[in-house]
Amino acid sequence: MTEHSSNNVSPKTIEQVYQPMTRRTFLKGSAGAMVGLAGLVAALKPLLALEKGEISLDDLLQRHYRQLSPADLQRIMTQLEDKCAAEYGVRPTLQDLKPLEGVQFAYALNLTRCIGCRKCAHACLAENNQSRAGEDDISMSYIRVLEMQKGAINLETSTVYYDPETVPQKDKYYMPVQCHQCQESPCTKVCPVQATWQEKDGVVVVDYNWCIGCRYCMAACPYDARRFNYQKPTLKPEAINPNQNYLSNRIRPKGVVEKCTFCLQRTRAGKYPACLEVCPTGARVFGNVLDPDSEINYILNHKRVYILKEEVGTLPRFYYFFDA
Amino acid sequence: MTDYLTFLWRVWRLSWQGGWKFYVWMIFLSVLVLVGLNAWARQFVEGLATTGMTDQVSWGAYIANFTFLVGVAAAAVMLVIPAYIYKKEHMHEVVLFGELMAIAAIVMCLLFVTVDLGHPDRFHHMIPPFGIFNFPGSILSWDVIVLNGYLLLNLHIAGYMLYCRYRGKAPTRKFYIPFVFLSIAWAVSIHTVTAFLYVGLAGRAYWHHPLVPARFLASAFVAGPALMILTFQVIRRVMRYYIGDKPIFTLRMIMTVAMLINMFLLGSELFTEFYSPTQHAAAAHYLYFGLHGHDGLVPWIWTAIALDVIGLLFLVTPLSRHIVGLNIACVTCFVGIWIEKGMGLIIPGFVPSPLGQFVEYLPTLNETLICLGVWAVGALMLSWMLHVAIPIMNGSLRADPHAPAPALNH
Ligand code: SF4
Ligand code: SF4
Repeated sequence: MTEHSSNNVSPKTIEQVYQPMTRRTFLKGSAGAMVGLAGLVAALKPLLALEKGEISLDDLLQRHYRQLSPADLQRIMTQLEDKCAAEYGVRPTLQDLKPLEGVQFAYALNLTRCIGCRKCAHACLAENNQSRAGEDDISMSYIRVLEMQKGAINLETSTVYYDPETVPQKDKYYMPVQCHQCQESPCTKVCPVQATWQEKDGVVVVDYNWCIGCRYCMAACPYDARRFNYQKPTLKPEAINPNQNYLSNRIRPKGVVEKCTFCLQRTRAGKYPACLEVCPTGARVFGNVLDPDSEINYILNHKRVYILKEEVGTLPRFYYFFDA
Repeated sequence: MTDYLTFLWRVWRLSWQGGWKFYVWMIFLSVLVLVGLNAWARQFVEGLATTGMTDQVSWGAYIANFTFLVGVAAAAVMLVIPAYIYKKEHMHEVVLFGELMAIAAIVMCLLFVTVDLGHPDRFHHMIPPFGIFNFPGSILSWDVIVLNGYLLLNLHIAGYMLYCRYRGKAPTRKFYIPFVFLSIAWAVSIHTVTAFLYVGLAGRAYWHHPLVPARFLASAFVAGPALMILTFQVIRRVMRYYIGDKPIFTLRMIMTVAMLINMFLLGSELFTEFYSPTQHAAAAHYLYFGLHGHDGLVPWIWTAIALDVIGLLFLVTPLSRHIVGLNIACVTCFVGIWIEKGMGLIIPGFVPSPLGQFVEYLPTLNETLICLGVWAVGALMLSWMLHVAIPIMNGSLRADPHAPAPALNH
């Protein structure tokens, strides 16, 4: 191509480029470097407020849950117990319950019976150690109870902030929503680091020590079932449930995602989920679908069952049904 | 080898030499970077509670800017294609600047993803062998690969070209031509994969829409060239490098076509959403008109549309044959598309929430400062790269100062 006349440079610019370093430029440079360094230190000052041990070499080197040897896991769990005792004033007993053989959990909820009392949402908090600002802060509960207009199943006209004197209201019905433990779970598919996965019994869990907090899984979940720890969880000692499990209700660090695990710390030990136990109307049915005599199996085979957002194709393990 | 070290040493020396204007500009940007870093340090300690994001709107300004900048980076191909495929001579004098801009944009993208993480200290979990890659399931894993690949490609091409020019040698075709062609395909892929991040989510009706990737590309090819046109004018004004009007007007043509396609796709989308509104149109309704008393995004989107339309009017009429008119078009299109991709695409994906709740989102001050800081990093990088590249391009920095200046076309 033709060189533009203005692109021709005079030798002077070449001299400039190779300008030798002089005492003066050296001093100027050093002074500039000092100022820059001071600015950098000032900018990073907030990091001083980091709690001791918040980022340890151990944490940085820890492997994914499924790569940990039993001994490693035991050591990590002891460390977590110590940490909880130091930070929250309660020493939990941390376990790692594995999925039971021949068990696949499913949950069904009777929409005819539910009265919208939100007892399940509160029981969830008491069981699962979510962060909360005060007694009636249920924003981190894994259960959102929707107040729906009778006459349709329309989420768009629903509200979670209902607050009447008494429930149920005459023209309303209530639909609690929690993680559906989808068989085709979009949340586990999108996670870039496999920090969340589906266990053999169908429960979708999160490794809180592996999650990088990208929140892609939250964007992927069609049921708004995931909660993020935007800050370090706040919990009073008396609010802490000390019976904790590594993949479920242990107190989470800040910056990770958490979700309903069908209370696996209970259900893998043969108990019912906390939300079922507390429900005053018996609207909730939980059990093993692989067991032909279970109540859940009876309901799935005999009742009019409704699957929320079936069109999204996630194949939930959570069902709604209606009484005859 | 020593040649190369001398080269690096000279580039390093050159980085610190400039007139007072250069110093003022670089110090100004550095201060912004430090302010952003400070805000990020605060966020690192306190958590993402310092942002305006919530469980319902779990992505905000960071991801919006990230998405936009992927487009800017991809737009470098709009210089590469005419220069290498159509062998347009006049594009050769500027193609390098497009590549440098892509490098800066990708670095900004990676920073925006990083500041969005709740646990940036676990970043290595994404990089095997330290971490686990959820491949090929997670589109985010794909995105990490393609973004870093694009960064490396551009670093190689730009670095190799500059080094050859410095040595006064013609570049060897086999060392760059294959990479140039790869980078063309790759540029399309970074943007497509980024669009798939959103389109792939069946649970979000507003994103789960086959037009989204097409609109992504179209709008990227408006915003990217707009920024290039503006940058080229800065280069020819304040630096010792002449850029003629020809490349600028080639870019104008590209912008015009891309903007027409973008507006056409927008029209189709609006028609589908509003002619027979289904329940899925709730997000679009909220975005354009407000819904159930929530209308936080309405002013944003109409500003964006107004800017887009003004830009388009300037582009398709002779108004933009004049450089002032063209600059107005560039600024309006750039800002318009920036809003469209952020407040107009990312946020409505979350409002209403999948359970029908309306939680609105506005970035906090701290979040805004972090965004500003990341943009400042990009501007700083681009300014620095141009500052050292231009003396090489115009021949004032060469291995042997007595050799004649090498020709530009290769
Ligand atoms: S409901 Fe949401 S979080 Fe639960 S498995 Fe399905 S997609 Fe995942
Ligand atoms: S937030 Fe955690 S669990 Fe969710 S996708 Fe990101 S890394 Fe995976």
